[in-house]
Amino acid sequence: MKGPMHLLQLQNLKTYFFTFEGVAKAVDDVSFYVDKGEVLGVVGESGCGKSVTAQSIMRLIPIPPGKIVDGQILFDSINLVDLPFEDLRLIRGKRIAMIFQEPMTSLNPVYTIGDQISEMFILHEKRPRQESWELAIEMLHKVQIPAPERRVHEYPHQLSGGMRQRAMIAMALACNPEILIADEPSTALDVTIQAQILELMMKLQEDFNTAIMMITHDLGVIAEISKRVVVMYAGKVVEEGSTQAIFEDPKHPYTRGLLKSIPKLGERAIHGRRRLQEIAGIVPSLYELPAGCRFLPRCPDAMEICRQEVPELIDLGDQHSARCYLYERPTRSRALNPV
Amino acid sequence: MKGCPFLETLLTAEDLKVHFPIKKGLFGRTVGYVYAVDGVSFTLNKGETIGLVGESGCGKTTTGLAVLRLIEPTAGRVRFQDADVSRLSPAGLRRMKRNIQVIFQDPYSSLNPRMTVNQILADPMDIHGLFSGAERQERIAYLLEKVGLSPEQGRRYPHEFSGGQRQRIGIARALTLNPQIVIGDEPVSALDVSIQAQIINLLIDLQQEFGLSYIIIAHDLAVVEHLCDRIFVMYLGKVVESASYKGLYTDPKHPYTKALLSAIPRPDPKGHRQRIVLQGDVPSPIKPPPGCAFHPRCLYRMEGCDGEIPVLKDLGRERKVACYLY
Repeated sequence: MKGPMHLLQLQNLKTYFFTFEGVAKAVDDVSFYVDKGEVLGVVGESGCGKSVTAQSIMRLIPIPPGKIVDGQILFDSINLVDLPFEDLRLIRGKRIAMIFQEPMTSLNPVYTIGDQISEMFILHEKRPRQESWELAIEMLHKVQIPAPERRVHEYPHQLSGGMRQRAMIAMALACNPEILIADEPSTALDVTIQAQILELMMKLQEDFNTAIMMITHDLGVIAEISKRVVVMYAGKVVEEGSTQAIFEDPKHPYTRGLLKSIPKLGERAIHGRRRLQEIAGIVPSLYELPAGCRFLPRCPDAMEICRQEVPELIDLGDQHSARCYLYERPTRSRALNPV
Repeated sequence: MKGCPFLETLLTAEDLKVHFPIKKGLFGRTVGYVYAVDGVSFTLNKGETIGLVGESGCGKTTTGLAVLRLIEPTAGRVRFQDADVSRLSPAGLRRMKRNIQVIFQDPYSSLNPRMTVNQILADPMDIHGLFSGAERQERIAYLLEKVGLSPEQGRRYPHEFSGGQRQRIGIARALTLNPQIVIGDEPVSALDVSIQAQIINLLIDLQQEFGLSYIIIAHDLAVVEHLCDRIFVMYLGKVVESASYKGLYTDPKHPYTKALLSAIPRPDPKGHRQRIVLQGDVPSPIKPPPGCAFHPRCLYRMEGCDGEIPVLKDLGRERKVACYLY
């Protein structure tokens, strides 16, 4: 991936966890990039490594047991992987911000919302306390919290789930970061509140021109907000492409299976009930990964070669790539798992 | 939808209410009530699936549990076949529960970690004194196979299984006593996308094989559409709309149902549509707004919506709506 500079670029990132049960290869040779002002979706099921990838970028991996064993995370050509903590502090929170799934556990319960947001200005921009407090009120206003002058004095437990997530977003965007990493920001919320939060994020993204890396398991959320998608499975990127390409012409058997397995709204009412296509089996344990392709035991298109070696990401043109042998050789050998 | 022309009603809930008292102070004086469920009525026919949907705090789970008297209803009646559930003695209630079983949301907390799968499945039989000896072993093996596990796995403990497999165990447990009704409280929402489809298909297969009737409680409207024949949309303890799945998804009537359906992100990047984004949060069920509980967030609010509480109005074709627009 040479060429124009990307805002954030992951190169062969490997984050492993060394535990009593063995080595869990949570993120195994992951490369992708995020450009300025772009919304990238990272989608996958639990255990696919999407959150660990985000935590690696923020250097939030608990060490031990975790460790970034190899690879580079280039942000504005600074390698975050071996950056000393003093330098990291100048970037984290200020230039790269993150919001989490459960705002209740990521906000400090013993400080007011105002304290927590104004701390961003005090710490990163060295502004005086009074000014920071006023900027905090302004941020709350920007994320459309009603009566921000009053809310700024409240503690996290006094806010509803949606309001807390707004406060988190206000805190993350306080210093106008260049990239916002959002780890399942709307998963814990009700659908009507989720719609509010997604709309807000898209509006702020336009206003501030912040790049967003949106991590989620919800294909609907991905389709609605991102332009480009990275699909992860068991620690590896299995497919990457424009949102349109991924949803209309998915190439990897996992992506295909995933899209077919979700019930679609209005489908039964219009076309009658069709049996959902399931993906057989379960996600492999990160301790006992199959040799060869990690999707092999569940794959309907498995071939002999899939057993032998992990396939490479194969470029399919138009910035679409898939990690599957189906696209390497013109002839397919005999199917292993009869359908 | 169903082949049988004579709909046999299995379960009826009439004006079910669950109010939780809020106690305060040294002497635990009751200072108010949480109106968790406030006048919910529905019927369940044999072989059919009904869905209770709504956002968190709308009272859907409490309704489900009140049917079984796992939470004692404050008022209202539940009839199962010919029995009035609310008047049953503890022994009678236990006998009735043989026919109504529950699948819980979280397959991690709903299975006892100290029991093997065999013990988990034998437990309901012990309690009800059914199936003994070889017959019991046979039944356990049969059930495990029905839910897609192997009988050998019965000797294992829950922690040895994945989330999807645990949910299969939960389903097998619900079926041990040959119930007529299974209440599924968010049966797939804790599962990964690729596992959800397996469990949804399993639920449909088991329904057809055993002639079960389901009450599915869920917040995922796409899952509910796929599973349910009739759907009750709840908001703040009340049913605001009930309709067949066809009616609800092709032509929602209540402004809340419309907003709910339009708020769901769809896995279709091309389909740009008009989205209704509701303002504000769900109000507290301790102090519901006067009149229609939805009126502070409603886009079609009219004069009078904050006056009398709108009642469910029958619009024909199995549709009822509680809204002054109709």
